[in-house]
Amino acid sequence: MTSGGEGHDAGVPAGPRPGAPEGEAGRPVRLRAPRPERRIAAAFGLTAAAAVGFAAVYWLGGQTQLEGVLLAVAFAGLAYGLGAWSARLMPQGPFVEEHEPFGSSRGERAAFAAEFEEDLEAISRRRLLGRALALAVGALGAALLFPVRSLGPRPGRALYQTPWQGGAQAVTADGRPVRAADLDVGSVLTVFPEGQVEAGDAAALLVRVDPAALRPPPERAGWSPDGLVAHSKLCTHAGCPVGLYEQGSNLLFCPCHQSVFALLEGARPISGPAARPLPQLPIEVTSDGYVRASGDFEGPVGPGFWRRPP
Amino acid sequence: MILRRGARWLDDRLGAASVARTSLAKVFPDHWSFMLGEIALYCFVILVLTGVFLTFFFEPGTNEVVYHGAYAPLDGARVSAAYASSVRLSFDVRTGLLMRQVHHWAALVFLAAIVVHVCRIFFTGAFRRPRELNWLIGVTLLALSLFNGFSGYSLPDDLLSGVGLRIAYSIALSVPVAGSWLAFLVFGGEFPADQIIHRLFVVHILLVPGLLVALLTAHIGILVRQKHSQFPGPGRTEHNVVGSKFWPTYATRSVALFCAIVAVLLILGGLVQINPIWLYGPFEPSQVSSPAQPDWYIGWVEGALRMYPPWEFRLFGHLVPNPFVPAVLVPGVTFLLLYLWPFLEQRLSRDRDAHQLLDRPRDHPVRCAAGAGTLAFYGLLLATASNDVIARLTRVPVAALTVAGRTILLAGPPVVAAATYVVVRALRDSGAEGVLQVSFGQLAAAARATLRRRPPAAATIAGGSEDR
Repeated sequence: MTSGGEGHDAGVPAGPRPGAPEGEAGRPVRLRAPRPERRIAAAFGLTAAAAVGFAAVYWLGGQTQLEGVLLAVAFAGLAYGLGAWSARLMPQGPFVEEHEPFGSSRGERAAFAAEFEEDLEAISRRRLLGRALALAVGALGAALLFPVRSLGPRPGRALYQTPWQGGAQAVTADGRPVRAADLDVGSVLTVFPEGQVEAGDAAALLVRVDPAALRPPPERAGWSPDGLVAHSKLCTHAGCPVGLYEQGSNLLFCPCHQSVFALLEGARPISGPAARPLPQLPIEVTSDGYVRASGDFEGPVGPGFWRRPP
Repeated sequence: MILRRGARWLDDRLGAASVARTSLAKVFPDHWSFMLGEIALYCFVILVLTGVFLTFFFEPGTNEVVYHGAYAPLDGARVSAAYASSVRLSFDVRTGLLMRQVHHWAALVFLAAIVVHVCRIFFTGAFRRPRELNWLIGVTLLALSLFNGFSGYSLPDDLLSGVGLRIAYSIALSVPVAGSWLAFLVFGGEFPADQIIHRLFVVHILLVPGLLVALLTAHIGILVRQKHSQFPGPGRTEHNVVGSKFWPTYATRSVALFCAIVAVLLILGGLVQINPIWLYGPFEPSQVSSPAQPDWYIGWVEGALRMYPPWEFRLFGHLVPNPFVPAVLVPGVTFLLLYLWPFLEQRLSRDRDAHQLLDRPRDHPVRCAAGAGTLAFYGLLLATASNDVIARLTRVPVAALTVAGRTILLAGPPVVAAATYVVVRALRDSGAEGVLQVSFGQLAAAARATLRRRPPAAATIAGGSEDR
């Protein structure tokens, strides 16, 4: 509590305070009253002044910091005034309240149980009706679950495929077609299949690395012409965009949970919580120099799911 | 005169005089730690008030609009309706930014007050019979508040919270068997489906607050029915409550507390910037910001996600993705243990009696050790959620910090629990006033006693740290 009132300490028995309890008109109160009363009144006055100040600032166009401070001063005045009033000029305990025993008496419990069971007996005797009712409520309950299905589409193949397909032209976020000549060794671009810039699973990182340093597995030999290599930008851990590329080491970093992927080794995870490599996108360069995909990613992109194939 | 006439009018119709008389005379203990729950309650009131103001201006849509307003860098930008309206209510609505920032700060303080309140209840044994019901309701309130914090944080559709939603989607996806359906039904399709902001809005301003109000009512109703517990002291017994009367002293003090909290939140909301969504920018599925930390109360899940090793396994030929353990199992077990604690302790201590007098924490070295170990574990998780920031500040590579974090997470909590056990036991056995008055000799004696009485003592320590 921010009030000036001290002495709400529980450990010590609150002995008779000078001038505390009951007798408001009594002498002890009058002896102590003037000073706290003046201060409390001043606090309330401050509240009123700050409130007027806030209204004025608002009226004149508003200013966040000033509004916050003025309103805070207004409430702080109230807090001090009420706190001090409560601590100095109101009946101070200790007051004592007795606990009622918990739990009803034995007789009450027995009477309740007897009455309740008697009425229950009248219901439970109708066995057939009870079962029919259970069937009805069960069927209705199950039927009422069906509308939950309206909340979303069937997952279907959505998690297995992306808008990339053979021949899809790679474009930048603003829709500009990407040419192989746009990337020098060490430069990186986030690319999308043409017309699908908004898709959540399509973003790929297109990086040009030194072709001699790249060690692709034999079955992906033609996927990275002239060191142009593309991988899904979605982290295989929790789906964040793997947004950071370190040029010298050819490492990709995910800023969400600090997974690190080695680009030259098939974007294999080398640190952090990610367990699978970033799926690769097969790339080809057309005769007029444009970059396009020669198929979809090698596997489902992004975070794992129950039916994801190994 | 008018007051009297009004009271008589009401009493003629409701017969409320005797109830009102006992209610106004209800005694509240005076110890400061009894205000922690009140702080949470008042933060909730402030959240509702500022939140209502915000709903008048917020549009929960992902449809694209063009922002025109006072924030020049975004003027003319094509962004979602949710993002545009959040920026507009921050810059173009008078006191809008103040309300938004007070709302956000109030949420942070709300969760903090709940957590400290839970700690107070835990360490003083206030959850014991007859208050198990209120413990269960309280843990539910904590879970719902965490969820509502996250749902509110996600509404503005900015880059930071949008990535957070994507992580939430991946966590839903990681649930075995039903994960894909779960994620698609909750989000309305493959991420980023355009439904989620609208759904979170309904959940954030209607469903969860409604549940919170209902459960808070039950929480306080049970409190009034059972009356307060209290610390032991002269004149205080298992059968009474000693303190201030509700009217007028306590009520006035409580209103003063409310005003003080409002004042603090206004200072924070007015002067300390929080969640500047206009700096993060609108959400784009292919973009991300760095560093990226969630609000503090969800940081332990973030830390668990960062620290959990790169393990995925297959079950019946199917994949159990990595986030399942740190982001579904760990929180699930956390809340399961929280729910079960009163009953676990009843079994361990064989104490099934009703208690109105609280424990001093030192009276229960095992409970203290369990609590301290648990707090250390979640505190460390929260710290590891910022391993990228720590790496930047200390210039230690983040990969090394991750390995170190994993080690400390496993070794730290048991060490903290054991040390707590010894210190608390020394306090109890020596009768010293406070921790600083315990001499080294007394500590050593407590440690020796712990080790010597191996069978019972060791068993209880192990029980304590397992209960994490």
